[in-house]
Amino acid sequence: MSDITADITGDITGEELMAITASRLLADHKVVFAGVGMPLLASAVARHRHAPHLTIVLEGGIIGTSLRPGKLPISTNEMRAAYGAQMLTDITDIFLYAQRGFFDYGFLGAAQVDMYGNINTSVIGSMDRPRVRLPGSGGANDIISLCNEVLIVTQHEPRRFVDRVDFVTSPGYLSGDDSRARAGLVTGRLGAVVTDLALLDFEPASRRMRLRGLQPGVSVAQVRAQTGFELLVSDEITELTPPSPEEIAIYRELRDGPAAVAGTVGATGPDRVAAGPG
Amino acid sequence: MEHVAVLAARAEREAGGRLAVDKRMRAEAATALIRDGDHVAIGGTLYSRTPMALVFALLRQRRRHLTVSRPLACYEIELFLSTGALDRIVTSWVGIGLPWGLAPIFRHYVERGEVAYDEWSHLAMGLRYKAGAMGVPFLPSLTMLGSDLAARLDLQTVTCPYTGERLAAMPALNPDVALIHAHRADMFGNVQVDGYQHMDVDMARAARTVIVSAEQIVSPDEIAARPDQTMLPHFAVDAVVAAPYGAYPHECYGHYGPDLEHFDAYVAAVKEDGPAAGLRYVEQNVDAHADFAGFVAAAGPDRLAVLAAEAGELTPRGGPT
Repeated sequence: MSDITADITGDITGEELMAITASRLLADHKVVFAGVGMPLLASAVARHRHAPHLTIVLEGGIIGTSLRPGKLPISTNEMRAAYGAQMLTDITDIFLYAQRGFFDYGFLGAAQVDMYGNINTSVIGSMDRPRVRLPGSGGANDIISLCNEVLIVTQHEPRRFVDRVDFVTSPGYLSGDDSRARAGLVTGRLGAVVTDLALLDFEPASRRMRLRGLQPGVSVAQVRAQTGFELLVSDEITELTPPSPEEIAIYRELRDGPAAVAGTVGATGPDRVAAGPG
Repeated sequence: MEHVAVLAARAEREAGGRLAVDKRMRAEAATALIRDGDHVAIGGTLYSRTPMALVFALLRQRRRHLTVSRPLACYEIELFLSTGALDRIVTSWVGIGLPWGLAPIFRHYVERGEVAYDEWSHLAMGLRYKAGAMGVPFLPSLTMLGSDLAARLDLQTVTCPYTGERLAAMPALNPDVALIHAHRADMFGNVQVDGYQHMDVDMARAARTVIVSAEQIVSPDEIAARPDQTMLPHFAVDAVVAAPYGAYPHECYGHYGPDLEHFDAYVAAVKEDGPAAGLRYVEQNVDAHADFAGFVAAAGPDRLAVLAAEAGELTPRGGPT
C-alpha cells in the first residue's frame, strides 16, 4: 500500500479507502457480478449499508448470496460463497445471464491495467517466454465483455497502471475511440476505476482514462507520479468524501467478523486480488 | 456437406455402451480406461468437488502426455506436472486459491515452456463443453472478442445468417474422458449431486468416456425417490467408483469443507523446496497409501469431523444425506 495514503488518513488503510469508495458506486436494486477479494468486499459493504436490495452474483452460479461477516469466500465455487443464496445454477448459466443483459455491474480487480481499461491477468513479459505466468482470465474476460457497466478496483502504482498491458486478457476500450465496438464487443461499458489514490473514468470520445476524483489529501501530481501513462484530468475534479466511521466499521466487520480488529487484513484481503479467478 | 466433426464426436455414443449393468469398480480399474495421450476433463471447480480419488489413481499410474481441462484448476495440475504427466493444460485459471498467491510449480513448467497452457475465458470453457454436450461443432457467443486470448487461440468468428451480426465461435470440446465426483450414484451410473453443478453435466455429456466417483453408492430406489436431483443418466456413465471423502482435501457441498490447513502445508513445502516438493507430495500422499481411503484415513477422524461440521453450518440441508 502506498505511503501517500498511509500518511494522510491515519489508521484507514488504502484497501479500506478503495473498498469504501467502490462500494458507493453500487446503487440499490441493482445486480452486481463480483470477483472474489476486493470486488466482493466492496459489494458486501454496499449491501450492508446503502444498498440492501443489491443482488450479489458470483461466478460459481450463485445469485443473491448473503455472506457471513468474517467468512467471506476465497473461491467463488465454495460453500461459503453460496451461504444464504437465493439461487444456485451452474457456471456457464450464470455467464449467460450476463450475456442476456441482466447484470448492471461487473466488478473486477486487475494485475495490470492500461489507459484504455484493458486488463492483464495472464502474463508479465511475453506469452511465449513469460517472466511471470499469472493464473489467467478466470471469468474476468467474460465479465468485462458482457456486464452492462464494468468497475475496476486496484492499487494505484506504476507497475499496475501501465502504458500498454503486456497481454489483453480482458478487453476494455482496446485502442480507444470505437475500437471495442468494432471488435464485436457491442455490449458493456467501462464505468469507473477505483484506487487508493483516486476515482477515474473514461473520457467519452477517446475512451482514455481520466482522473475524476482524489482520495482525501491526494494531489493530481501524486496520482500522475503513480500512473505509468499520460492521464487525462477532468475539469470537474472533486475530493472524495473520506470513509465515515460507519463505513469503516461495516467494512472491518465483513472482512474480519464481529470481533474486528482495526487495521488487520484477513484472508479475504485485497493484496492478492490480481491472483483471484474472475 | 459432410458432418465430419459432428459424426466424429457422436461415434462412441452412437455405438452403444448403454447396457444397464453394474458398473461399479475400483478407482484403479476405472482409471485404467484412460490411455496415455488422452484429453482428461476434471470435474468440479478449483477446490470444490474435485474428483480427487480418481485424480490420485491416475497420479499413481504415472501417466504420460495427457491433456487436462477444467473450469478453474487447482493444485492437482501441479501434481500432474510434477509427475511428468501433462503435455497441455486447457482452462481459464490455474492457482491454489486466492490467499496462497501464484502457484510456483505451475509457473515453473509454463515459464520454461515445458507444458502448453491454452487459456480460454471461463464462459468459453463452459460453452466449449456445452457445444460438445449438444453434439454441435461450436456455439456462438459475445465473449472473448477483441482480446489477446482470442488472437492467441486463433478463435474464429461467425456471422449470424439472420441478422449479419458477428459472434465468437466457441469450438466444441469433446474430452476423451471426464472424471466427475458426485454425492450419490447407483450401480448403473445414475448420478446425483447437491449444490454447485460446476460444468460437470456438459463436461460429462461431451466426453467419450465418463468415470464417476461418489460419496455414496445408493440403491436405484433412492435415486428414483428424487429424480429431479439426477444430473446424469446411467447411459451417459461408463464406470462408478465408491469414494467416501472422494474430493478431500477439496470440499464436497454439504458433506465436508476444504482442508485449508492441508493447502497451507502443501504451499509451505513448495515455497521451501521448489518444484521437487510436488513429486514428494505425490510420493507421500499417493504412492505411500494402498488406495485413496488410506490417504483420507491419514487425515484423521477428528479433522474430518471438523470439516463435516463446517459443511453442515454452511449449507441449508446440512450434512450427509
